[in-house]
Amino acid sequence: MFYREAGQFKTNYRTDQAVFPIFQDKIGVLVILAFLFLVVPFWFNDFWLNSIMIPTLIFSLAAIGLNLLLGYAGQISLGTGGFMGVGAYSCYKLTTIFPDINILVHILLSGFFAAIVGILFGIPSLRIKGFYLAIATLASQFFLEWSFGRIGWLYNYNPSGAIEVSTKRMFGIAITGPHATSLTRYLIVLSIVVVLTWVASNLVRGRIGRAWMAVRDMDIAAELIGIRLLQAKLTAFAISSYFAGVAGALMVFMWLGAAEVESFDINHSFLILFMVVIGGTGSLIGSFMGAAFIWVLPIFLRAAPRVLGVDISAATVEHFNFMIVGGLIIFFLIVEPNGIARLWQIGKEKLRRWPFPY
Amino acid sequence: MNVAAKDIAKGQNILEIDGISLSFGGVKAIRDVSFDVKKGEIRAIIGPNGAGKTSMLNVINGFYHPQEGTINYKGAKRHDMRPYVAATQGIARTFQNVALFAGMSTLDNIMSGRMLKMKVSLPWHFIRFGPAEREELEHRERVEHIIDFLEIQAIRRTPVGRLPYGLQKRVELGRALAMEPELLLLDEPMAGMNLEEKEDMSRYILDVNDQFGTTIALIEHDMGVVMDLSDRVLVLDYGEKIADGTPDEIKNNQNVIDAYLGVAH
Repeated sequence: MFYREAGQFKTNYRTDQAVFPIFQDKIGVLVILAFLFLVVPFWFNDFWLNSIMIPTLIFSLAAIGLNLLLGYAGQISLGTGGFMGVGAYSCYKLTTIFPDINILVHILLSGFFAAIVGILFGIPSLRIKGFYLAIATLASQFFLEWSFGRIGWLYNYNPSGAIEVSTKRMFGIAITGPHATSLTRYLIVLSIVVVLTWVASNLVRGRIGRAWMAVRDMDIAAELIGIRLLQAKLTAFAISSYFAGVAGALMVFMWLGAAEVESFDINHSFLILFMVVIGGTGSLIGSFMGAAFIWVLPIFLRAAPRVLGVDISAATVEHFNFMIVGGLIIFFLIVEPNGIARLWQIGKEKLRRWPFPY
Repeated sequence: MNVAAKDIAKGQNILEIDGISLSFGGVKAIRDVSFDVKKGEIRAIIGPNGAGKTSMLNVINGFYHPQEGTINYKGAKRHDMRPYVAATQGIARTFQNVALFAGMSTLDNIMSGRMLKMKVSLPWHFIRFGPAEREELEHRERVEHIIDFLEIQAIRRTPVGRLPYGLQKRVELGRALAMEPELLLLDEPMAGMNLEEKEDMSRYILDVNDQFGTTIALIEHDMGVVMDLSDRVLVLDYGEKIADGTPDEIKNNQNVIDAYLGVAH
């Protein structure tokens, strides 16, 4: 009833091709952004910011990165954790080599190192597809994990083998390290994620996105209309890894404060992959939904018994947690294989017609 | 990429196939076939199943590399190359079993045909404002003309995977047209269509040839359509050329009749 585009006529192609061609959508996005930037900082406490908002945003960014590769370009990758690690370690090295340069510059630069590594491990994608490519990217994951653990130069020969974040300031305010408040870190992460999401949406709507999707849907026909497969696939690998790299750098510098090899292990690759699949492949908004679902649900489940006043041990809660999350994942995949984003889309379609069934 | 940029006048040979042989292991798909395609004509390639028609199209647009023979395209000898090079040289193609990008909308599918005409480099696409958006809108307008031409306005936003077969064929033609090809290869454009859809498709093919002056080489099994549409017909059988000429000549050619109806031994 209120969600209808009736009467909103497009008189040129620019408005027709806008990200949100429907007026109500535009308002919706503005409301969400206003909520995230203006309401959350004042209403949410440190626990919410630190354990829910910041990690969800960071994982969303990594999921967007993998989604560009998997959902748009159709190249499966199990190396996201490793690429995040490349971002984190290169950011760490950049801060030690150029300590005077702003940390935000380092974070955005570190993505480029991840992109280079991504290109390198993306080269096999020209010859191999599907599961076999997944195995090849798995090799990159193991190789990178090995490097993070064995190459001392990467962690400055720190005896613990970990990288630690020192306090960096911008305009006199601590933005990384133990002195930075969760609020500043949240706002920085949010800004970077919003900007990079905007970039991703620009990419997928234009020539580059169409080239990726063409390669995904029918690579023979894609080559026929003049797309160079290698170029298209490697661009996808590069940009996807850039997103993963920045997410990795944010993870260490804006959230964890320190990291070691285990922070970028294969489990993280799978975690991001689940987020993409549950959220919806080929959908940017789905990446956010998937990240929120996979990350926030266990936290709520853990808190639920306490809130409800049920007295069960932490170990039991953890077992239930695994069962419920696993069950929900299977439920979602059966009900809607295209992920939460598709459910969202169906919901919007229904809303357009509401209160009529057709 | 060493094709001479000179334009071929109407009626001259745009494509010359000379003594092409193609084999896969022991199977000879094409044996010593020569023919030419003249600029501005509609050239049909017919033959029984397995005659090597589709292989011939695959040779022309670079999917297969013949073991023997030469191809002259626009007056220059062509070397073995990847299919995207054929695309840059102005050869477009549709497939026997529709090869659309199933997850993309009709509009995006046809827009993807403009891929080679879009030049704005990657960094502009990050921000989209400025050159990238201008280029996008420019090409959108061209694509809308094609959508009007093919009368598929209503399905602009529909993912092509959900479209009925006849419309998918039409969208595929649209994608090929968006490339503004000089030589358009159509592999069974009317396969599996009903009479009305065939009539529509025939009209589009004639209109494309007429309005844009596009040279068309098509494979088709419907003899009525082939004889009505084409200027010249090439007949293949078991990879060999058995006849070449105007539709009237082909109709009365004994070799062709034998190939299609069989001969008593």
